[in-house]
Amino acid sequence: MSGTTIHKGKNCNFVQVPIPVNKAVRQESKQTLYFHKPVHIVTANAVVGNKEAEGPLKRYFRRIKEDIKLGEKNFERAEILMFDEAVRASLNEARPLVGNAELLISGDLLNQMTTSSYVARNLDLPHIGVYSACSTYTEALSLGATLIDAGHFTSVACATVSHFATAERQFRYPLEYGCQRPPYAQWTVTAAGSCVLSAKGEGPVIRSATLGKVIDFGQNDISNMGAAMAPAAMDTMCTLFRETDLSPKDFDLILTGDLGKLGSDILRNLMREQGYELGQQYKDCGCLIYSVDQNCYQGGSGAGCSASVMNEFVLPRIHDGTYKRVAYLATGALMSTQSCYQGETIPCISHGIVIEGENV
Amino acid sequence: MSAIANPIEKRNERYGKYVDSVTPKTGTLKSLWHSFWIGGLTCCIAQGIGDIYALIFPNFSEDLIVNITSMTIITLAILFTGLGFYDIIARKGGAGCFLPITGFANAISSAAMEYKSEGLILGTSVKMFTVVGPVVVNGIVWSTIAGLLNLLILGRI
Amino acid sequence: MTILNTITTYLTVFAVGGLMCALAQLLIIKTKLTPARILVIFLLTGVLLEGIGVYKYINDFAQAGISVPIIGFGASLARGSIEMARQIGFIGAFAGGLVRTAFGVGVAVVASYAVTLIFSPRSK
Repeated sequence: MSGTTIHKGKNCNFVQVPIPVNKAVRQESKQTLYFHKPVHIVTANAVVGNKEAEGPLKRYFRRIKEDIKLGEKNFERAEILMFDEAVRASLNEARPLVGNAELLISGDLLNQMTTSSYVARNLDLPHIGVYSACSTYTEALSLGATLIDAGHFTSVACATVSHFATAERQFRYPLEYGCQRPPYAQWTVTAAGSCVLSAKGEGPVIRSATLGKVIDFGQNDISNMGAAMAPAAMDTMCTLFRETDLSPKDFDLILTGDLGKLGSDILRNLMREQGYELGQQYKDCGCLIYSVDQNCYQGGSGAGCSASVMNEFVLPRIHDGTYKRVAYLATGALMSTQSCYQGETIPCISHGIVIEGENV
Repeated sequence: MSAIANPIEKRNERYGKYVDSVTPKTGTLKSLWHSFWIGGLTCCIAQGIGDIYALIFPNFSEDLIVNITSMTIITLAILFTGLGFYDIIARKGGAGCFLPITGFANAISSAAMEYKSEGLILGTSVKMFTVVGPVVVNGIVWSTIAGLLNLLILGRI
Repeated sequence: MTILNTITTYLTVFAVGGLMCALAQLLIIKTKLTPARILVIFLLTGVLLEGIGVYKYINDFAQAGISVPIIGFGASLARGSIEMARQIGFIGAFAGGLVRTAFGVGVAVVASYAVTLIFSPRSK
């Protein structure tokens, strides 16, 4: 009954509710994994679309695709190519530093994770496909760091991708369908992010990973992802602060995945209720990636959102010492279109990791 | 189990209320105005096309004029969809763009185009009515019921 | 006189058509109903209006203002169904609606197919 039992059974849902029966379980269940070996993020890359490249972070993105269809015959092909480019770039950059990566952990938003599998097919690497919607990247990083810490692998590639056009088709309406989005909607980011973790080499270090519980606060509006995911972020964030014995002040940056403006405001409030004041150092990737005048409503979402912001913006800042300790919590909404039409509420999850500069 | 479910329901309800209170609403007046004038304009264009047809073909029946008018605006809407600016107008027009028959046309053609990548048979042909299906199905079912009821109540005249 | 009449007609068309769309927009904002549900609601309103025989008076007054919104489609379906049911008996009720609206649906399907052959969806 240690940290990994959280996904099972009745422990999933009740988080803030005191239930006497489960008290013992909750006390001994630990969600945070500490890595005793330094797990370095050796290289990190992102490939982004044109809309992301017009946002506030435009000068940080190195690989930009002006045409997000990449001249392919469909958007799914384009997503595969983007992902392939990101993964190969980080593998190639890591090769002279730490040698070949030994494992690929990747995920995306499409059914059966086809994009990941099609990319892995050409890579001649063992592959683990992971899915937790937009928090896939932290899930992959946690898993990769765990495997390295346990000594099974020396270097592991972690990657995620999301694409506006393919996600739109899967979760919403056809692209050309004229419908108005509500002002609280979010815009799926077209981006692929990939990094290589290694026990050797240098680069920012993953110190701990906090695995999140599936949280459902009864939200059922498929457009209002921020409000649905904020409680999951709150739960994992509280656990992270409690179990690592750190407070928000100890971090230079607390980064959530893709809550958007509305979701991050809600999160601030929820955290205040829990007794944590998130100050200036709290940022949200969904808010960072698009500017207000880009018509993206509450901001970005999607697995590629936090991955691209993390890889191209935050990690270099950690590397050069601007940020010394960063908490990074990506959030994911684990619904499908069927489950929503069937009237189910939206279960959400958030996995957090703590990344530190090398010399801390 | 109910003892466990209850506090969760309470918490969810409280959270739901809180979310409702902070969620930004669509600017009511502005969006109503946009849908009003865009919807009204669509109707006026249709009326204009109908009047022109009535002038050109004075011996067509009124029903036929109505039919070719709606065929014309449907074709126009589908062309707009294909050229890729129907959804840009609709982002502003909201209900003004999906309530007129042009919205019906846009829904059919957008789905047809979207699933082109799976092929014309298994993609386009299969998925053409994904968005517009509810309208067609409910329309057929309830109009049939209307016809049957009419026959039952008023009898055969 | 005819010019004045035309202007009044167009103003009525504009006002009624616009009001219908504004009403639908209000439903979206206030009730969080999905567009598909709202379309069905308006469609059924059309069927109902035609079923109780009110529609043709509204249509005389508002013309395209009522027939272009999906209400007109519903009314057209119902009218076709009712008319054919009266002509050839109850089996007519099943075909009438489709026959009457087949012009629009037919051209929509064919034109969509044609457009699909030429254009591809774009991300904006």
